[in-house]
Amino acid sequence: MVLLTAREVALRLRNGSLSSTDVVSQCIERSRLARVLNAFITHTHESAMSRAAEADRRISAGQPLSQLDGIPVAFKDNFCTKGVKTSCGSRMLRNFYPPYSATVVQRLAGKGTVMMGKTNMDEFAMGSGSVDSIYGPSRNPWSRSVRYRERRLGDAEPLRVQATSGQVSYSLPSSTEKQKTCEDDETLSDEDDWLIAGGSSGGSAVAVATGASFIALGSDTGGSVRNPASYCGVFGYKPTYGLVSRHGLIPLVNSMDAPSIFARSTDDLAAALEIVAGHDIRDSTTVREQYKPFSLPDDLSVKDLHVGIPTEYHAPGLSQGMLDAWSWVADLFDNAGAKVSRVSLPHTQYSIVCYSVLCACEVASNMARYDGIQFGHRSEQGSSTHALYAATRHEGFNDVVRGRIFAGNYFLLKRNYEKYFVKAQQVRQLIAEDYRHVFSSGVNVLLTPTTFGDAPSYRSFIGADNRTRSMQEDVFTQPANMAGIPAVSVPVMLSERGLPLGLQLMADNFHDKQLLTCAKWLESQVNFPRFDPVTDS
Amino acid sequence: MATPIATKTFRSLKHNFLKINNLLYTRIPFCKKKHQIIETAKQADQWQAVIGLEIHAQINSASKLFSGSGTSFSSVVNNQVALFDAAIPGTLPVLNKKCVEAGVLTGLALNCSINKVSKFDRKHYFYADLPAGYQITQQRQPIAHNGRINFTVFNPASPKHTIPRDMSVGIIQLQLEQDSGKSLHDEDNQHTLVDLNRAGIALMEIVTAPDMSDSEEAAALVKELQLVLQAIDTCNCKMEEGSLRVDANVSIHRPGEPLGVRTEVKNLNSIRFVAKAINYEIAEHKRILESGGVIVNETKSFDFKTGKTVSMRDKEMKQDYRFMPEPNLPPLRVYDNSDFPTTKKSSQAINIDTLRAALPVLPAEKRHHLVHQQGLSVAHALMLVADDDLMQYYNSVLAASPHLTPKLVMSVLATDLLACLYKAKLAISDCYLLPRLFAEVCSLLQAEAITTTTTTKLIQLMFNGETLPPADIIENYEWHKITDRAEIQRHCEEAVERNPKAVRKYREGKPRYFTKLVYHVQTKSNGCTDPLVVTEILKKLISEVS
Repeated sequence: MVLLTAREVALRLRNGSLSSTDVVSQCIERSRLARVLNAFITHTHESAMSRAAEADRRISAGQPLSQLDGIPVAFKDNFCTKGVKTSCGSRMLRNFYPPYSATVVQRLAGKGTVMMGKTNMDEFAMGSGSVDSIYGPSRNPWSRSVRYRERRLGDAEPLRVQATSGQVSYSLPSSTEKQKTCEDDETLSDEDDWLIAGGSSGGSAVAVATGASFIALGSDTGGSVRNPASYCGVFGYKPTYGLVSRHGLIPLVNSMDAPSIFARSTDDLAAALEIVAGHDIRDSTTVREQYKPFSLPDDLSVKDLHVGIPTEYHAPGLSQGMLDAWSWVADLFDNAGAKVSRVSLPHTQYSIVCYSVLCACEVASNMARYDGIQFGHRSEQGSSTHALYAATRHEGFNDVVRGRIFAGNYFLLKRNYEKYFVKAQQVRQLIAEDYRHVFSSGVNVLLTPTTFGDAPSYRSFIGADNRTRSMQEDVFTQPANMAGIPAVSVPVMLSERGLPLGLQLMADNFHDKQLLTCAKWLESQVNFPRFDPVTDS
Repeated sequence: MATPIATKTFRSLKHNFLKINNLLYTRIPFCKKKHQIIETAKQADQWQAVIGLEIHAQINSASKLFSGSGTSFSSVVNNQVALFDAAIPGTLPVLNKKCVEAGVLTGLALNCSINKVSKFDRKHYFYADLPAGYQITQQRQPIAHNGRINFTVFNPASPKHTIPRDMSVGIIQLQLEQDSGKSLHDEDNQHTLVDLNRAGIALMEIVTAPDMSDSEEAAALVKELQLVLQAIDTCNCKMEEGSLRVDANVSIHRPGEPLGVRTEVKNLNSIRFVAKAINYEIAEHKRILESGGVIVNETKSFDFKTGKTVSMRDKEMKQDYRFMPEPNLPPLRVYDNSDFPTTKKSSQAINIDTLRAALPVLPAEKRHHLVHQQGLSVAHALMLVADDDLMQYYNSVLAASPHLTPKLVMSVLATDLLACLYKAKLAISDCYLLPRLFAEVCSLLQAEAITTTTTTKLIQLMFNGETLPPADIIENYEWHKITDRAEIQRHCEEAVERNPKAVRKYREGKPRYFTKLVYHVQTKSNGCTDPLVVTEILKKLISEVS
């Protein structure tokens, strides 16, 4: 049941073959089983059970609030949830219990969905691995994939030693074996031999991949949803900027942050979008006119579709597996009658360096409020107001956050502003111009890899610093945020190592329906295995 | 005129007059006359002050610039604080349309160009009463710019400004921005207490060109701005509550030389303090420069107890505000009739032309009307326009008796009624002498039924509670103006007869003794004679006798 899609569950809720209480209890059980993956910072199981009971009453009375009434959802820990800790994975907000809920949280609650908890993330969403959280890293559930394990057993010496020392099944078939398994996982963690979930919304991706939730919200500023979606084998969708309210989303880069959705199908993405999207008076950057609610058609055809393949995305470092997946899917489109052609996005290669300037600037500005006065961590020391600020901020932020604050303040100095910030803004315009050019030439969607390959191991990932990793990991995903365009990562196949590979589709601004329809067609073609990384072994 | 060489020499010698004279006289033969050089030297020594103002005016609106919380001044501490005002993470600014309208209206009233697209910026600095660590303001593209404020400088108490003088000062820009909270420093307990009620209230920052050269001009500008903002109701201008705060930028230089280094005196909260602080600052600059010192660009505050300005230590270090565009607010777009979108309702967007049409009559226009249509003096027009209650009284009097000459009414109002009010320490709004009765007095005066002296007495009497109609009072006291020339003649003859010494002295060329004669007649006639007629007859008498 837990690997059904939300829509499939919703149908069973309607016909009475399942109750929301059943569904929620099973999700709770799943999150217990997968506890070691560290998907959640906070569980809200108790309130979830009572909300599920309410949903059941509504549904049996024939008055569901929406098609997702009674469906479990999870929120990345940077969406404010009234009275529920919202930490952003940071010491700074470890004691922050927001007095209000984000618009997306309110809207989903208002439509009957059941909040399962708050998911793990890189501190203040700065990262691409979900390894930089004060609550520890999230792990990719596919670390347990049998094929991956078999491959790994054939790996180099140190791994073999570790592997042989842990002569056990890594699956968690039943609760009776739980104790034992946890010990095993301790060993595993000591050896750093597991795969990263991707990030920064890794916890949400893991929650959906493991069946702890059906839908999860993340935030995508440079790929923070699409990247972990690709690594964890789920759908990750960043809507057009301005379609979904950011009110209550603790910002990383205001002009690029997009509340985004993880799900196990495109129909689920569309169902969740329908609830969260639309103008919000509390977010002046949400659009009034452009959004009309939609659902995806069932009879799909790509005959009139023009698919662009950006040549620049054929970048050095792209894994053979990903390249194969890419060409395979391009052929699928071609064979189905779509027009597939090469296009050029010449400026997208500058996206990452441009992003590193703009992100640092907004971070420096957005983080200025964390001074320990109104909320959050406050240092014990402080002989003066400024000494208090300094100590609070030093203690509250990790070095990644502090590093970006320093860089941002440097870029924003009067003498540097033109050199860095203004230049970066200009480059951003050029990148957006690239997309406009391509889409106005008749291309409907762009098809690219989401990531360079399948999920890297923690050990290899932490071999480079956060900044370097972010620059590497976000190469394919970041440009969409620059232009604000919608993008979705679709799991298409398993790699040689038995790990998920995701491809990215992008469309023009506010062409979200077209994008998701295309993704749905792709979903129907690739038959990505419904594999349960928790129990299948 | 000084030659460039001469000017240069002056400067290098730091105003050592003797040396300068000798040197110039010997070195520059074409500078022929010695007094010319001295004159030039004197001129060069005349410091000229250059003053520009930055005025923060809180917008009269029920809610804050970017949040829905209230704005009342006297509310309980930290009781008008929306989540956004406390910079709670995840909250976003939502622009208050009323505040934008107030900004546009003010821009129009100050003859500014309205920018159809304006933008918001973040200005960063750390301070306990600035919860977000930045202020949202409009640095690059303000809502209005390039305006002008026209006003009259007039202060009978200031020797340089006894004659009303029209002045025009440029408005560089008008920007919308957030106010900060308030910090209260508890020195004893080493605590700082923060009140966020004010945090996020909408401000208009109005930046003037440095077109003023003394404190009275600056004070007059602030006064005029108050009148304008009150007329259009965009700010209540209560300086004592901080609704209107003035920062003054002051520098001095010599004519023909580059501008001097300026200092900024912040948060002046009364017009008197504006004048005092500027005067102090100018004197201070002179003292420093003349003793060979250097002016440091710094921010100061004004201590009203000592009348001095003091350096603000916490802002001593030069701040780099690291300006950045506010990413959460799209550019602010306003329209006019030519481009107002047909798809929008009139309530959905701001139309400059609609607001322009709603502008009330502004103070300058009111004064112009009073002077040119009603024949009042500039001083009286200033007085009326500066005081709504007085204006209302004045208008009621004229409405009660439309035949009255405005000039006569204002003259009686300003000399007699205001004197009574002043003495009784009452405001015009507290005056219980009804405009209708006041008008009756004026009518008697205008009809020459009474003299100005009688008018004064009559007003005093009625002000102090006499309830009889003015005509009856005159009857009772026999205060009719004496029009019988023979009777006046008799009084005058008596005056000449009884004051031979005064007559003699007057004849000897001491005109002030003449007043003694007039006074005599006035006393004897109980003030009921026209001093002009009395003067004429007296003069005739004196010349006849001789």
